Amino acid sequence: MIRIANGQGFWGDWLEAPVRLVDEGSIDFLVLDYLAEVTMSILQKQKEEDPALGYARDFPPLIGRLAARLKERNIKVIANAGGVNPAACARAVLKAAPGLKVAVVHGDDVFSRLDTFLAKGYELRDMDTAQPITTIRPQILSANAYIGAFPLAEALDSGADVVIAGRSTDTALTLAPMVHKFGWKADDWDKLAAGTIAGHIIECGAQCTGGNCQVEWENIPDMANIGYPIIEAEPDGTFTVTKHEVAGGRVNSDTVKEQLLYELGDPKRYLTPDCSADFTSIHLEDSGPNRVRVSGIKGGPRPPTLKLSISYTNGWKAMGTLVYSWPQALPKARAADRIVRQRLETLGLHYDEIYTEFFGVNACNGQVAPPNADPPEVQLRIGVRGQDRKTVDRFTRELIPLVLNGPPGATGFGEGRPPVREIVAYWSALLPREEIQTTVEVIS
Amino acid sequence: MKVPLAAIAHTRSGDKGDTSNIGVIALKPEHYPVILREVTPERVKAYFGDLVKGEVERFELPNLGAINLLLHEALGGGGTVSLRVDAQGKTYGAALLRMEIELG
Repeated sequence: MIRIANGQGFWGDWLEAPVRLVDEGSIDFLVLDYLAEVTMSILQKQKEEDPALGYARDFPPLIGRLAARLKERNIKVIANAGGVNPAACARAVLKAAPGLKVAVVHGDDVFSRLDTFLAKGYELRDMDTAQPITTIRPQILSANAYIGAFPLAEALDSGADVVIAGRSTDTALTLAPMVHKFGWKADDWDKLAAGTIAGHIIECGAQCTGGNCQVEWENIPDMANIGYPIIEAEPDGTFTVTKHEVAGGRVNSDTVKEQLLYELGDPKRYLTPDCSADFTSIHLEDSGPNRVRVSGIKGGPRPPTLKLSISYTNGWKAMGTLVYSWPQALPKARAADRIVRQRLETLGLHYDEIYTEFFGVNACNGQVAPPNADPPEVQLRIGVRGQDRKTVDRFTRELIPLVLNGPPGATGFGEGRPPVREIVAYWSALLPREEIQTTVEVIS
Repeated sequence: MKVPLAAIAHTRSGDKGDTSNIGVIALKPEHYPVILREVTPERVKAYFGDLVKGEVERFELPNLGAINLLLHEALGGGGTVSLRVDAQGKTYGAALLRMEIELG
């Protein structure tokens, strides 16, 4: 049996979580998932400004902080902290923790190969809209293939203390130690599916240990000290989801089911570079306090394609807010919204979209929210987006004047003019998997 | 007897691009057939009205006593493009729990 813990559900997750996983009990592998769909584009922009950047900068200091304990307790770390610059990330890790052996997985970054792919006839159509990628070619910032568990397992086979990848799938981070330790083969579909589903359960950190859980949320124990998840994996593909005993939170079939359903598509065909996993085959059993045993998982062959994660610039946006107080807070906020729109129209400014929400009334759920006849205050939030930066910027000047020249009772403008942000959008496409060859580089 | 869905289910929702998914999970095994009968794609689409521009798909996971709903074109463009405060559909699941269903 091996114990695999996830200490980071995204870049920006709780800094203490990985440290507590190392300190509060026994684990063999610490995995850290830093990448969301848009994270790669942010990292690409950072790399353009400084070639030594482009990775998750939380990671090297964390490894520096933990280095002695990792060595002493023989804990291996697997992270997709490399972003668009895994080599620079590895250098930073070695600087922070000189005694460790670091392995870097290369081969996911295909940004420089895009035109070659197009010349070969791959259209790289968007998986949602079916548009060919030529429609956005000049706007592309980054392009990476999602890579699976086998390159990461190969890196672990090299004896590395820390494995750094770029755009590996979230689930591969958890599956890799199982492939490495149990010697699972590339066509052990049921086992690979089991490890993949284990990865899906823990990839969002505490979201399977009581975080964001609806069932008796008021009674989740000691949420301030919530424990991040641990998988106890067996060589036959069965596993138990748990947490350290001293940590807060809760692990039961409710918390695990919620996470199993999170960001799921077709449950019979959960596709990764490693396999196809069938979520309708999962058998859950509450097997003890804060323990859920998972068995019965079936899998199928991996797809012949790999998914590409591509980011591209798609115009500009800005969102601004004002607060209107009682009485008649909502009619005042609605009037202010009409005035802003009329003033923009008078200026001859046009946008791809103007979107208004009234916080405290209907922002989250539109018509589904129950009527709130006379709320004590309402926050007006207007957002615009368009292709021209100056047009979007001009909108940001139209909110604060309303405090003096619009309906009475406006406040909440202390943050000043809202910032204009470039929109970095996400494009996903499929590529034949033979195009991607990964390599492992060991540095110490 | 009419009750809100919250009486028999819990949910979690999230995003994939401009599609939001809602996992609806029975609190007790006997509630799963009620969920199957009452929480149909047509009703969910009508319930959310203008918020969901595209179709609603439903998948069944009897082993978990759960269904998975995909709400297409439901996030104002999704991800970084969306101007909505809930661009990731995090609150759709809780919102669905207010939907009235027939228990009997």
